[in-house]
Amino acid sequence: MKSQAIRYTVLLAVIIILPFFFKNELSYYLAILSIAGIYAIAVIGLNLLMGYAGQISLGHAAFFAAGAYTSAILTTQFSISPLLSLLPAIMVSGGLAFLIGIPTLKLKEHYLAMATLGIGLIIHAILRANPFDITGGPGGIPNIPPLNFLGLVTDNDITQYYFIWALTFIIFILSNNLVNSRFGRALLAIHKSEVVTNVLGVNTYRCKLKTFVLSAVYAGFAGYLYAHSSPLFYVNPDDVCHFVFSIKLVTMVVVGGMNTMWGALLGAVSLAVLPELLRVLGSFSPSLNTSDLEMALYGIILILVMIFTQSQKIKQALSHLIIKERNAPVV
Amino acid sequence: MSLSDTIVQYILSGLTIGSIYALVALGYNIIYNTTGIINFAQGEFLMLGGMFMAACCNIYHLPLPIGALISIGLVVIIGLLIERIAIRPVKDANIVTLIIITIGVSIFIKACAAFVTKDSFTFQSFPGPDYIKVSTATLSVQSLWIMGVACIIMICLSIFFRRTVMGKAMRACSINREAAHIVGIDVDRMSLLSFGLSALMGAVAGIMVTPTTQISWNRGTELGLKGFCAVILGGLGSGPGAILGGISLGLLETFGNIVFSGYKDAIAFSILLIVLYLRPQGIIGRG
Repeated sequence: MKSQAIRYTVLLAVIIILPFFFKNELSYYLAILSIAGIYAIAVIGLNLLMGYAGQISLGHAAFFAAGAYTSAILTTQFSISPLLSLLPAIMVSGGLAFLIGIPTLKLKEHYLAMATLGIGLIIHAILRANPFDITGGPGGIPNIPPLNFLGLVTDNDITQYYFIWALTFIIFILSNNLVNSRFGRALLAIHKSEVVTNVLGVNTYRCKLKTFVLSAVYAGFAGYLYAHSSPLFYVNPDDVCHFVFSIKLVTMVVVGGMNTMWGALLGAVSLAVLPELLRVLGSFSPSLNTSDLEMALYGIILILVMIFTQSQKIKQALSHLIIKERNAPVV
Repeated sequence: MSLSDTIVQYILSGLTIGSIYALVALGYNIIYNTTGIINFAQGEFLMLGGMFMAACCNIYHLPLPIGALISIGLVVIIGLLIERIAIRPVKDANIVTLIIITIGVSIFIKACAAFVTKDSFTFQSFPGPDYIKVSTATLSVQSLWIMGVACIIMICLSIFFRRTVMGKAMRACSINREAAHIVGIDVDRMSLLSFGLSALMGAVAGIMVTPTTQISWNRGTELGLKGFCAVILGGLGSGPGAILGGISLGLLETFGNIVFSGYKDAIAFSILLIVLYLRPQGIIGRG
């Protein structure tokens, strides 16, 4: 418990002092870090689903987009304050997940994976098709107002950075507490064996459904923040609802290590920074298409991390190594 | 054109695209039955088949049959490599792990294709006259080729699974893998074989579909997912179900497009969700 408190303090300290490291182009780095914080919220939610409940969503971008678009439409076209559009935004995301979750979570994992992938593509198609002229079609919705929470307006980069990371920090602590609760333990038990968990008196179906809806709410909240943040203040279907974005979120969960919240946080931040590193690489050879390189890297990361963490042979080899070291003479 | 002609025309184009979906759906089922994996890279086999074929025809100017053989061969080799490199080391892992790996394979292949080229390709249609009259509607010869080849492949597969020792061994794996292992079937080899066979189906579908629609690096995912919708519609793991699911999805999509134009892609996935709600085991599923 005490070590947990120390870790939280260190995290908070890092969040607070990080902007002071960037002297040049401060606003550029702050924007990247703010986006990283937004991703972290969505990834923490997806980690609840993937790492703890052992289910997989391949269309989490759809929930992110649901939150982002709901708030964007309400604030730009109906001039509702961003504070009031928060609730509808996360309700649309959660409601969507609830509707998909009811039939699919009764079935095997494949079905949720495919149904979420399908819903991602449906939402993307709908947003692009511009029904009733409200989603703006492929061009999306520009000029979304900044967040305005009781007089605190996130209209400059530094306020926005601290605001987003404060929220991320709070959500991080709450989620950590959640997974160490009775509910979190039930989820881990489902991951190990659904049959046994059922026998022990946990309604596994309801547990999975709750987690799925909760993870969609996280994604919707992250989408909501994304829509209202600089430098873009802009949403479009290809940015917030693309299949590749869903895969990016999955990769963030996988790379940090499933079923640890610290891993989710690290995974989100490291992959949010990755495109910037690739851009540096791309400046050496102009013909290199960095977005393709990014996608190829996601693929390789997913395959390698899974093989190295799940292969029985490699596990045995590793445990062998560790035991050898322990038995080795001290001097 | 009168109304009945229009309907015949729509039925024909629905059957054409439905045959492609059926081929993709069969590919999913072969791997699922033998290994229990849903191969999310199935659509990429299709894309690779079409791309290799376009390269053979447009760059190397090979005759169609030779180009087709080379492309199918290459895709089968890729399928086998995927099984050996990415699937074999983790064959006993849980479903989420396997899903993540096949997704990784899928986007890696896609990104590699995008590195090479982002253009759309096509090649000349298969031999024969351009159009044939069916009552009053016209049927392109390419459609005829698609439906014919799909039929031949389905018949061959059915003979393979029912009459040959290897086919029977694969079916045994699908019924009970451990029992199959105990009676002396090499389950690992069957897994390898299923990836090869499935890659072959994908490659053929890709080669057939390219002259009608063009192929590019990102088309595999879309067609692959439609194929999966067909799998669910027909019933996961069922061969006749895949064919029925593919054909019905093709027809539903073509006719649905009249009513909801602009939402063509959404139709297949809406059908997927509706089937999951009402009858998750599919039309001829085993429940």
